[in-house]
Amino acid sequence: MSTSLIDADSVLAIDIGSITTRLALFDVVDSRYRFLASGSAPSTVNSPFNDISEGIRHAIDRLQAVTGRTLIGADERLIVPATSDGSGVDIVAATISAGPPLRVVIMGLLEDISLESARRLISTTYARIVDSISLADRRRIEERLDAIVRLRPDLVLVTGGTEGGASQSVLKLLEAVGLAAHLLPDGNRPDVMFAGNQSLRDEVKATFDKRTPLHFATNVRPALEFEQLEAAQYQLARITGYVRARQIPGVKELDNWTGGGLLPTSMAFSRIVRFLSKVYNSSKGVLGIDVGSSATSLAAAFDGELVSRVYPQLGIGHGLKDFLENCPLDDINRWLHLDVPNDYARQYIYNKALYPASVPATLEDLAVEGALARQAMRIALKKSAPSFPEKTMRYGPDLSPWFEPIIAMGSVLTRAPNLPQAALMLLDGLQPTGVTTLVLDQNHLAPSLGVIAAINPLLVVQVLESNTFLTLGTVISPVGEARPGASVLRLRMAYTGGGETALDVKQGTIELLQLPMGQSAEIHLQPLHRFDIGMGGPGRGGRLRVIGGALGVIVDARGRPLHLPGDTARRRELLNKWRWMVGC
Amino acid sequence: MLAPVLHILPLTRIRRERLLPVPGKVLVRKGQKVATTDIIAEARLNPEHLLLNIARGLGLSEEKADTYLQCKTGMKVAQGDVLAGPVGITKRVVRAPKDGKVIVAGGGQILLELDSPPFELLAGLPGIVVHLIEERGAAIETTGTLIQGVWGNGRLDFGLMYVLMRSPDDVLTSDRLDVSMRGSIILGGYCKDAEVLKNAAGLPIRALILASMEPYLLPLAERLRFPILVVEGFGKRPMNSAAYNLLTTNERREVAVNAQPWDAFNGTRPEIVIPLPANVEPPLPPDTDTFSAGQQVRLVRLPFQGGIGTIVEIRPGVTPMPSGITVSAAEVQLESGEKVLVPLANLEVIA
Repeated sequence: MSTSLIDADSVLAIDIGSITTRLALFDVVDSRYRFLASGSAPSTVNSPFNDISEGIRHAIDRLQAVTGRTLIGADERLIVPATSDGSGVDIVAATISAGPPLRVVIMGLLEDISLESARRLISTTYARIVDSISLADRRRIEERLDAIVRLRPDLVLVTGGTEGGASQSVLKLLEAVGLAAHLLPDGNRPDVMFAGNQSLRDEVKATFDKRTPLHFATNVRPALEFEQLEAAQYQLARITGYVRARQIPGVKELDNWTGGGLLPTSMAFSRIVRFLSKVYNSSKGVLGIDVGSSATSLAAAFDGELVSRVYPQLGIGHGLKDFLENCPLDDINRWLHLDVPNDYARQYIYNKALYPASVPATLEDLAVEGALARQAMRIALKKSAPSFPEKTMRYGPDLSPWFEPIIAMGSVLTRAPNLPQAALMLLDGLQPTGVTTLVLDQNHLAPSLGVIAAINPLLVVQVLESNTFLTLGTVISPVGEARPGASVLRLRMAYTGGGETALDVKQGTIELLQLPMGQSAEIHLQPLHRFDIGMGGPGRGGRLRVIGGALGVIVDARGRPLHLPGDTARRRELLNKWRWMVGC
Repeated sequence: MLAPVLHILPLTRIRRERLLPVPGKVLVRKGQKVATTDIIAEARLNPEHLLLNIARGLGLSEEKADTYLQCKTGMKVAQGDVLAGPVGITKRVVRAPKDGKVIVAGGGQILLELDSPPFELLAGLPGIVVHLIEERGAAIETTGTLIQGVWGNGRLDFGLMYVLMRSPDDVLTSDRLDVSMRGSIILGGYCKDAEVLKNAAGLPIRALILASMEPYLLPLAERLRFPILVVEGFGKRPMNSAAYNLLTTNERREVAVNAQPWDAFNGTRPEIVIPLPANVEPPLPPDTDTFSAGQQVRLVRLPFQGGIGTIVEIRPGVTPMPSGITVSAAEVQLESGEKVLVPLANLEVIA
């Protein structure tokens, strides 16, 4: 059923999440591509189905009901390409984040060189490193062998050896994997990905002698001082697909529908972020954040240079079991605006991990979920920041670089009771600096567009232009030091249709300026006390043309980084004050 | 909408496939009656290996050392057996340092798999072997009461059940455990105290069934050698009435507790089986369902976590919840008669 994407019109995008299977239909309306409708159903990756097809079928039924368009033929198959009567679709694009994280053993020569590159590469997909082996590893070869046999990884990633560099020591490292491939029964053997010294390909092939699936990628560390992950990242994405296809029935068929284009959701998401960074061609980066059940994914692109990270340990559903290992309970509790027992969040985490698909029905549960989302974003950004280009870290390692825009998705954000709550979660979790735009991907379309971007960029551009994403608003976040209550920004907003608003923004406050969706205005900004809003340096202001979002224009003058009082009562009072300020 | 299914059944047919994680040897035959802790299959799961450098041991080159090998791949060797040699006037040899099996021999090296106790796969429930799965395990079937829980520490055992719960929200304290309960399966309530688990281990008991437990006890519970099964969840949660009624009316019966971890992907869930005879063989319970009015459901999240009710109506479209979120929901009549709105995502169908 694979088809070419060239000259195609309608596109069905399928995303298999760990909780929900989402479908989105794109087609040409009035000579322009449009997002037409979506359909979703619970994913059926888990037992007793263990086959994603059932969930896809249910979601297609929903989509057919919504659009009135026949997508399934009399033979019970998806109609591809579309027929002259308008049934079916021309193209299928698909992404997947469902399934347990890949268990990976990484190997490399030097702990802080090739193994570090291996770690960064693995962090771009849904995977957990279960062991790492380097030259510094004191274990005997048979102990390494026993570890691999015991851990039964899905993948062994081998890095090491610069181009023209070390060879024998790399091959020596491989001995344990070769023996493990020999010992492990068929079906339990890991895929092996070699992303080291390329001159060793023949020797590496000989080591495994077709006993285990072997994949080659370009050297992630061709020189000591140079790292290149991009090509290997795509190869890793494909391997993830192969492993998933072995683990989960239906994945192979889905991949066939897409003509071999199935991608991990995180990679597709990062593609759209990079695409946008090229389209905007701005001096700022583009940030994408997906707070999902199985992982929190972050993608940041700076003039096309991509930093992509997946944190399965920060998923707020399936990933919750490990959340507390990465984050003290107090760091979660500090975001709670309600008076709940100290252990409430801990109990919530363990109960939610049992039922990842369940939803917060009470205000207390919703508060904990919001706290987890904030903390997941905080940690994801903090962990990713060291990989951002140094020149972008203007305010040091603890503050966010400038981004324009910030695109967010994930049910915790898109299903929030109201938009101010979603916006406040983003402001608290990401703490943007300077001027940015908060955008919410309510229909979880970004990954699908990321897949399509590589082959039909016109669709992506036209769909993005059609306001498919919801703009929450322009956010202005002054950075500087002042006592609470001091004026830090003088602002005057002149509406295009006439009229003006002026105010002095005080430190410690959030101001929402009304600007109806789609309407434009010119804002004159003058920072005080040498505050920086990214307009040329501390104390420098200027004019800014803005388009109204759902919340108008947001001025977040609470300070960067946010300081939360240690005293619980005072902290809750402050959190509630902020909620009131944005209209939660 | 597809609905997750929870089994809390007074009398049902229970069929479970018990599989080795790696190929091994199946030790039972079709039609054989097995008890919960009978070994039905075994395999070498994580054997230790030893790589012997024969070339160095004999003081020869790799190629030459290979000509002195006295063992072949697959050969069983005992400690002290000569693996290679003798060489030279001193008749240098390389001996097996431990009992094991030769996995690879050549290139101046021998890889030995050391003998170790095999991984033993237990039946997990009492019943009849109805199907053999070559090299992997067997399907076992029985009839009886089946109650599924939410968390288990990975152990399993069987024994007579001693009921310490006086109400669904009872709290289990360590002073209620005494030596008369040694070797029993204890039905407790909510456990908040590490002392309870330590005392239970000290007796020792065969298994502990809890309504709920404080999450801080998890590391201790995972270390203990007897099965601990939690029916509801974490924090103080009463046991659902369906499970409570079934368990408390079966005191002094033999109960199998398989506290296997809940793995939604692989379809395993902690389970309690109380074998009961059935005049007419009941059908296997369904594993899948879709939500509909009239179904008995368990509520899995606060504010009604552990509540049992009946779906009165599936609300069309989406419905706002007290938290403010809008979701697909059902009106559920609780056992108290109260009607409440519950997100479908927070329901399990009892079947």
